[in-house]
Amino acid sequence: MIPEVGHFALILALCVALVQGILPIYGAATGSPVLMSVAKPAARTQFLLVLIAFCCLGYAFADKDFSVLYVAANANSKLPLHYRLAAIWGAHEGSLLLWTFILTLWMFAVTLFSTHLPETMRARILGVMGLVSVGFLLFMLTVSNPFERLIPAAPDGRDLNPLLQDPGMVMHPPMLYMGYVGFSVAFAFAIAALLGGNLDAAWARWSRPWTTVAWCFLTVGIALGSGWAYYELGWGGWWFWDPVENASFMPWLAGTALMHSLAVTDKRGGFKVWTVLLAIMAFSLSLLGTFLVRSGVLTSVHAFATDPKRGLFILAFLAVVIGGSLLLYAWRAPRVGLGGGFDLVSRESMLLANNVLLVVAMGSVLLGTLYPLFLDALGLGKISVGPPYFDTVFVPLMTPAIFLMGIGPIAQWKKASLPVLAMQLRWAFGASVATALLLPFVLGKWTPLLSLGLLLSAWIVTTTLVNIRERVSHLSAKNFMSGLSALPRAYWGMVLAHCGIAVFIVGVTMVKGFEVEQDLRMNVGETATIGGYTFRFDGAQDVKGPNYRAARGTVAVSKDGREVTVMYPEKRLYSVQNQAMTEAAIDSGLWRDLYVSLGEPLENGAWSVRLYHKPFVDWIWGGCLIMALGGLLAVSDRRYRLVWRRERLEEPEALRPPDKSAA
Amino acid sequence: MTPRHKRFAMIGLGLVALGIAAALVLNAFNSNLVFFFTPTQIANGEAPKGRSFRIGGLVEAGTLTREGDGLTVHFIVTDTVKRIPVTYKGILPDLFKEGKGAVAQGQLSTDGTFIASEVLAKHDENYMPPEAAEAIEKAKKAGAQSSNTLTPAPGRTGP
Repeated sequence: MIPEVGHFALILALCVALVQGILPIYGAATGSPVLMSVAKPAARTQFLLVLIAFCCLGYAFADKDFSVLYVAANANSKLPLHYRLAAIWGAHEGSLLLWTFILTLWMFAVTLFSTHLPETMRARILGVMGLVSVGFLLFMLTVSNPFERLIPAAPDGRDLNPLLQDPGMVMHPPMLYMGYVGFSVAFAFAIAALLGGNLDAAWARWSRPWTTVAWCFLTVGIALGSGWAYYELGWGGWWFWDPVENASFMPWLAGTALMHSLAVTDKRGGFKVWTVLLAIMAFSLSLLGTFLVRSGVLTSVHAFATDPKRGLFILAFLAVVIGGSLLLYAWRAPRVGLGGGFDLVSRESMLLANNVLLVVAMGSVLLGTLYPLFLDALGLGKISVGPPYFDTVFVPLMTPAIFLMGIGPIAQWKKASLPVLAMQLRWAFGASVATALLLPFVLGKWTPLLSLGLLLSAWIVTTTLVNIRERVSHLSAKNFMSGLSALPRAYWGMVLAHCGIAVFIVGVTMVKGFEVEQDLRMNVGETATIGGYTFRFDGAQDVKGPNYRAARGTVAVSKDGREVTVMYPEKRLYSVQNQAMTEAAIDSGLWRDLYVSLGEPLENGAWSVRLYHKPFVDWIWGGCLIMALGGLLAVSDRRYRLVWRRERLEEPEALRPPDKSAA
Repeated sequence: MTPRHKRFAMIGLGLVALGIAAALVLNAFNSNLVFFFTPTQIANGEAPKGRSFRIGGLVEAGTLTREGDGLTVHFIVTDTVKRIPVTYKGILPDLFKEGKGAVAQGQLSTDGTFIASEVLAKHDENYMPPEAAEAIEKAKKAGAQSSNTLTPAPGRTGP
């Protein structure tokens, strides 16, 4: 009964989405306030309906209702409740429902925080989001229904893939989707600007916090996924350039470019058409990413073709959204206009150069991800593009980008002077080069990449310090400290996010340069030493979990004769799917991770064991979190609230307590 | 400089930068493509010598042996028609099983043994490596009759 309620709620949501997608946009075109006013209540109703559907599926999982096909395929009576709930987004159908739910959540947020927007703009934004929602709901209802019944009901479920039974998995998809779908606001904003034929700074300012929040979620989502792969796959890698990962990285690159382009549109009225194009790009890549991961096309192009209805729908939907918005772009972009001009050396030109570099990087990932699929689909043979390709491409592309990242915030808008910049940055440059040349010798090893990584990190940090000093000296503050506190939060957000990149680069550089890995056979009581740490294998015992059996190893770690920790790596065998899983034991620290995972049992209680010493590896995810925190700090800036309060005074019907506007 | 000149300079610079980037990307792309070969193709001598490539197929049941160091393993990859011996030193991924599909990357040695530098495991619920599935499919399509009793595994490892 409950699953039918969910199904019915989805059908109603589709009807509401159709109304929301058609009437307000038509109303905005013909200037009918009545039609436009439909947008807000429709969006809220749709949110409510999809929420009901989402809860119904959750209930089916909690209730172990194995007469629902999706539940039977992704849960088991022995699976703990929290993983049963996370199983909602454990496979294709449920993740589409999560996607749609998050889309309506963003819509709901738009209805709350858009009171100051002109009525036509709001109607168009919600209308476009409604149309996107129509596509997803239609897809679910026609070929990918999460509520499909299994008759007769299965006695028990097939269980969730053991790899996904992990706290990281619980959080990763919702975070990632919050990011993906968050770009739909920027996308709807861009389409609305194209439809309306203008894009002024106030609207750019309105869409900035939305884009930044989405970007923060995406950053955290990617970091979670990477962390999950690190400890769950048992071989210590944190990024594999796997198509699944690339699918989330491409929107991130485009979104990063979009945030910076929006800053120019907001502050200088420039880059208008480019901003619109980036917004379309970021959301299109989010869609592409969702479908690449969830359509099965990556597992096998042929698996995709075995369900031709799904495949066709996906291709048609992508074609309509991407093709349609690009057509609209080609037709209407000249009306939006280029925006203000700028000099060859200026903050704008540097931001533009960085934007182009980010987009080229994105394009190279796209090529490496899609080209093998195309070849395969056309039957021209199977190839794969390995990590070396991405590594070779990314280092030379990101090096100039990070160099410019140091200069850009210091350069003046419109027209900057190279000699002045050189004067301002000479100490920063000297200090960075010195660090890059000397630090590797202190660390005991010199390689070009190690030096380059340290150079870039030091460059970011030193130029940021110079920038802060410059900023403060321009304020007529009494002393340095009061000057610091007078700097706006948006500025500190940028500083923090840029430093996050520096932290990230340090992490990557140190791990690549100094990690030690050893696969070896260990008898009970045998020791091995890597990175100064001595690991003693004390054998493995059998233990039993709720839905698995495991061999749990005991590894005592000491350094210079002093005990550091005892680690318990596991090899689990999940009973329902009869699948083995390596649970690595990790001892995390600011300066290094120790990582132990079990291989296979050998004779006489010995095991093959994998040991890692990974210096600075946590800085990789730490850097990502700092970037996301920087984004949130920037969003909390007064300037976004001020514009809302000012506009609200002009619109008396929209009075609200000011704290609600901090989105 | 007049604004017109400025614009030309910018467009020129942009094009040069894009050109360099494109050349870089395509060059890296070309030199890092990893091709895939089935055991039949390798037996026919189609696989390159001295370049890394991928091999896929079923791990023939009962062929997995381990050397005394506990790390070096030998097994045979087959597409149900031809068999290629593979050597790998390291810990095998969890999803590696005899009688199931596997993909390995490495080089062919002079004696015809495939020296794997990596045995691949994807983190995906439907684990039959597509390359392995295709190798078997191709071999079947070739119409070759085999005395091998192996049955190709269906598309997933679960029950």
